[in-house]
Amino acid sequence: MTVPATVIEARGLRKAFGATIALDGVNLHVEEGRILGLIGPNGAGKSTALNAILGLTQYEGELKVLGFNPWTERDQLLRDVCFISDVAVLPRWLRVSQAVDYVAGVHPRFDRAKAEALLAKTSIHRTSKVRELSKGMVTQLHLALVMAIDAKLLVLDEPTLGLDILYRKQFYDSLLNDYFDRRRTIVVTTHQVEEIQHVLTDLMFIDRGHVVLDCSMEEVEARYIEITVNPEQVAAARALKPMYERQGFGRSILLFDHADRNQLAALGEVRTPGIADLFVAVMGSRAGQAQGASL
Amino acid sequence: MSTSANAVPNSSVGGGITPAAMSKMQLFYWSVRRELWEYRSIYIAPLAAAGVFLFGFLFSLIHLPSRVEGISLHDQQRIVLVGPYDMAAGLIMVTALIVAVFYCLDALYGERRDRSILFWKSLPVSDLTTVLAKAFIPIVFLQLLSWAITSATQLIMLLLSSAVLAASGQSVGILWSQVSFFQMSFMLLYHLLTVHALWYAPVYCWLLLVSAWARRAPFLWAILPPLAIGVVEKVAFNTLYFGNFIGYRLTGGMEVMGSSAPNRLPIDPGMEITPGHFLASPGLWLGLTVAAAFLYAAARIRRSRGPM
Repeated sequence: MTVPATVIEARGLRKAFGATIALDGVNLHVEEGRILGLIGPNGAGKSTALNAILGLTQYEGELKVLGFNPWTERDQLLRDVCFISDVAVLPRWLRVSQAVDYVAGVHPRFDRAKAEALLAKTSIHRTSKVRELSKGMVTQLHLALVMAIDAKLLVLDEPTLGLDILYRKQFYDSLLNDYFDRRRTIVVTTHQVEEIQHVLTDLMFIDRGHVVLDCSMEEVEARYIEITVNPEQVAAARALKPMYERQGFGRSILLFDHADRNQLAALGEVRTPGIADLFVAVMGSRAGQAQGASL
Repeated sequence: MSTSANAVPNSSVGGGITPAAMSKMQLFYWSVRRELWEYRSIYIAPLAAAGVFLFGFLFSLIHLPSRVEGISLHDQQRIVLVGPYDMAAGLIMVTALIVAVFYCLDALYGERRDRSILFWKSLPVSDLTTVLAKAFIPIVFLQLLSWAITSATQLIMLLLSSAVLAASGQSVGILWSQVSFFQMSFMLLYHLLTVHALWYAPVYCWLLLVSAWARRAPFLWAILPPLAIGVVEKVAFNTLYFGNFIGYRLTGGMEVMGSSAPNRLPIDPGMEITPGHFLASPGLWLGLTVAAAFLYAAARIRRSRGPM
């Protein structure tokens, strides 16, 4: 086993739009074969970070993607990077067959047979125009095109926005089963966090231009514990300094960072928190305490 | 889980060898094809103009034998016979010009408006290649296309006229001697390439630049600022340098490409062409330099522009 190569390396990444600071000194290190979820509230700087990685926007600070400077070496970078920005960007006048022809014409790493095979699994007609397809089918088409490109890095910015749950599920299943092979790297942002929990290998929370959580899913499991306690145990549990507490079905649910698992097990049911709850907890404690939940 | 089709890419990844990029020509070729997929009016509009003209011409053929009979030699004969051919050329040319203007104004604006720029930018085609492909459409493609369509239209007109004259027992010779098809076709090509392609290049490129830059209403941004400069100059200094400069750009090409008889179109076979004079004119080279600068600026602007 060789040391995994670094795919994205950012140091002190900064971007301001006038007086608004979208990214304020973000550090990022993503290795080959990881699936990183970039989670944050609206306006947190997720899309700005992705745009900087894709060479779509200028930035301050150091950034290397696959060894390239994304802003000045974008043309070379794009041979190895693919992205789906959101579902609506395929031009509406484009025919399915034209889309395949065009990508085959301009992309040296496009495998036409694979795209055809992926499209054959859907009900998309080759002669249809994008405007005639449903939103879900447009995503299927875009995903088929992107999955047929042998890229090293795939960036997905809200790829399932506006899709129904069946298409969303299918999207990630397809990505994991037919595309991801532990040598590719995927960076994804989404608001539907529960759906990607089982997909991710790494998790990053970003808020107002700052990274507030950056760890692997194994670390999340080792570090964060959620317990459900009955009212009589609440006081004892609170004494252990939970980072967040909420109510559910008449019982209290408390979320701990770096707590003793055995000690907690005595008080109630112990489990690993969901990303959504962890997100709310980290953001909440960040709002409450000045120093932030984790750095 | 994994069908045989899906197993293909794994073998080709190893070693991290990057396959050579597509050749520049191929990227350019596909970029031009995509323009023709998107803007079908590029070829539909001139074809429709030709079709409409031919439809009208069919009816005029009824009077053709009597008209040929009624006129005697001399210059008038030529005008009566050649007039419709010049009209066909003029109509298709004007149509192509209108198409070119609206194409240029939308070429870099439409992709931002419908957000598809994010899709195009996700593929390894540089901004410069894209902008050059878009400039190729009005400067080269549309001119050659309108030449081909006009020539085909004129040939059909000539053949139809010949058939009508022959059927009415009149001589076809007089028609063919007056309407010199090949000379007419050559003059048209010369006119299109000098005036419509090279001389107007900075105009198309200005429109492309505005199209890349404007956040809304590219048409107004393309027209109003130059107009405002002209008005301010007139009011402030009572001079018309800027207005004359723009006017020279729009009409000057016809002066330097050759000289035709008064009241004749600058595609008349009888005109005297002056390609040497045209190529030596500073206006041409100044225009081409400005056009190149506009295109470069358009590519730079497209680079940092996202969807609106």
